[in-house]
Amino acid sequence: MSAFDELKESMWDPIAGFGVTFRTIFRKPVTEQYPKEKLPTAPRFHGRHQLNRWPDGLEKCVGCELCAWACPADAIYVEGAANEDLPDGSGRYSPGERYGRVYQINYLRCILCGLCIEACPTRALTMTNEYELADNNREDLIYEKSDLLAPLLPGMTEPPHAMLISDDHHDYYKGKTLPIVEAD
Amino acid sequence: MSELFGNEEWWVVIVKAVMIFAFLVVYTLFNIWFERRLVARMQHRVGPNVHGPFGLLQSLADGVKLALKEDVTVKAADKVVYVLAPILATIPAFMAWAVIPFGPEASLFGTITPLQLTDLPVAVLFILAITSIGVYGIVLAGWSSGSIYALLGGLRSSAQMISYEVAMGLSLVAVFMYAGSMSTSEIVNAQVDMWYFLPLFPSFVIYMISMVGETNRAPFDLPEAEGELVGGFHTEYSSLKFALFFLAEYVNMVTVSAVATTMFLGGWRAPFGIGSIWEGANEGWWPVLWFFGKTLGFICVFVWLRGTLPRMRYDQFMKFGWKVLIPISLAWIVCVGVIRKLDTEDMLNRDAFIWAAVVIGVLALLSFFIPEKREPEPEPEAEFDAFAGGYPVPPMPERRGHK
Repeated sequence: MSAFDELKESMWDPIAGFGVTFRTIFRKPVTEQYPKEKLPTAPRFHGRHQLNRWPDGLEKCVGCELCAWACPADAIYVEGAANEDLPDGSGRYSPGERYGRVYQINYLRCILCGLCIEACPTRALTMTNEYELADNNREDLIYEKSDLLAPLLPGMTEPPHAMLISDDHHDYYKGKTLPIVEAD
Repeated sequence: MSELFGNEEWWVVIVKAVMIFAFLVVYTLFNIWFERRLVARMQHRVGPNVHGPFGLLQSLADGVKLALKEDVTVKAADKVVYVLAPILATIPAFMAWAVIPFGPEASLFGTITPLQLTDLPVAVLFILAITSIGVYGIVLAGWSSGSIYALLGGLRSSAQMISYEVAMGLSLVAVFMYAGSMSTSEIVNAQVDMWYFLPLFPSFVIYMISMVGETNRAPFDLPEAEGELVGGFHTEYSSLKFALFFLAEYVNMVTVSAVATTMFLGGWRAPFGIGSIWEGANEGWWPVLWFFGKTLGFICVFVWLRGTLPRMRYDQFMKFGWKVLIPISLAWIVCVGVIRKLDTEDMLNRDAFIWAAVVIGVLALLSFFIPEKREPEPEPEAEFDAFAGGYPVPPMPERRGHK
């Protein structure tokens, strides 16, 4: 190190820090005034989960429990059950053989890591940008299937009902006959 | 010193005392808010801005919350001393303000009175003495809490305050020599032509450093080093007792700032030559404004230091106080004494004096270029052979560390 560098290190560098703090006073703070103004999250922010639906309203979840197995925090509980092809369609919740009868996510345990989303084979489970997951009791932080299911969009019908897009599975998943017909 | 000191109506004295007390409490609340806002800006934040306009009522809300907390007295505490300590810390902090001049003589409810509670021929000594009593509060708090962390914090702060008080007192000696008095109002009067921070710049710098050490503020806040001592001397305190320590710390901060203003920055005199443009700047109640402006400037320095510097190590801190500040102070006092004597005897050749100062300055600057003598690298010790005796053995204890 040259004599100049040594002098700079011993004389100037201790003072330089004062310049940094002084300059920062006149810079714009990075603070967000959170409860007053809510800024949008990053587009792929890991927020509350959502159970998606097919365009006719049937659930995408097939009750395979892969999400529960993938979960490092053991926050997901799934119970699968078999769909039944009854004449009035009251036994069908998802287009395949099985559906998720019970689906719970415990947000006291969930670390919002997204491994469940990676594990999901049907893309039934995704995450939203909603981040206000606070409550004053433990019970309400265990989200049931009814809390997690995506809202019904126009054209969707609340299951149980028969596959409305097509009876043929290949055509159903490809959405061949869209736009779909209304039930009843 | 004004004839009025000590000869005033009793109600004038009481009114002034109450005004000073109220001012100090409100100013403390303001300072806490001010510090939090300023240090927040230095860290890209905005600080408290919710309660009241600009968050000004934040410290009031904090104070009320603190007062409503449970007042815990720990079992191991020495009860009497434990209760006495916060009182001992707070009262001297306020008492020092009895001799701080806020302004010249002004009219108070139709009575002409100096804007200063009282003055003594040894007012500065009074300030130094009374602020040192505040150390007892901290030491006794640490001792009576029955906690090791608190004890260590109290011990540190006693050592720290005593060390830095020496440097602080020595830095004020030069001011006494120039002003020819220890009365605060006299010292302010002596600074009509020139504020003392210019001719006595080294004293000013030493005072600035030691006042930070004296008030236990960052980077010298070793008595309450969170990382090492939990809360230091006030670890075991809660509720109002803790609030008193907090109050005392901030009042002390303002006290040393006010003393610095009085000693080095012309006290209540108008800054930047305003007095020469506007006749009334140094009359009536206006000086109070200049006085608070200057104290607030020192508070800014405190906050700036806190926002910039990391906490010092204890041994470095002590070494700095005893081996740097005090010797420099002593040498500087001798210099000031010699120069004053030569000046009053008309033996001082101005040109020669300035040249001598320049030569000394250049020599001091050059001394930074002299590389420090490096200690010779220690001989690398012979690699320890664990298998020398045929089977593995650990090294003998004395071989493990460096000699």
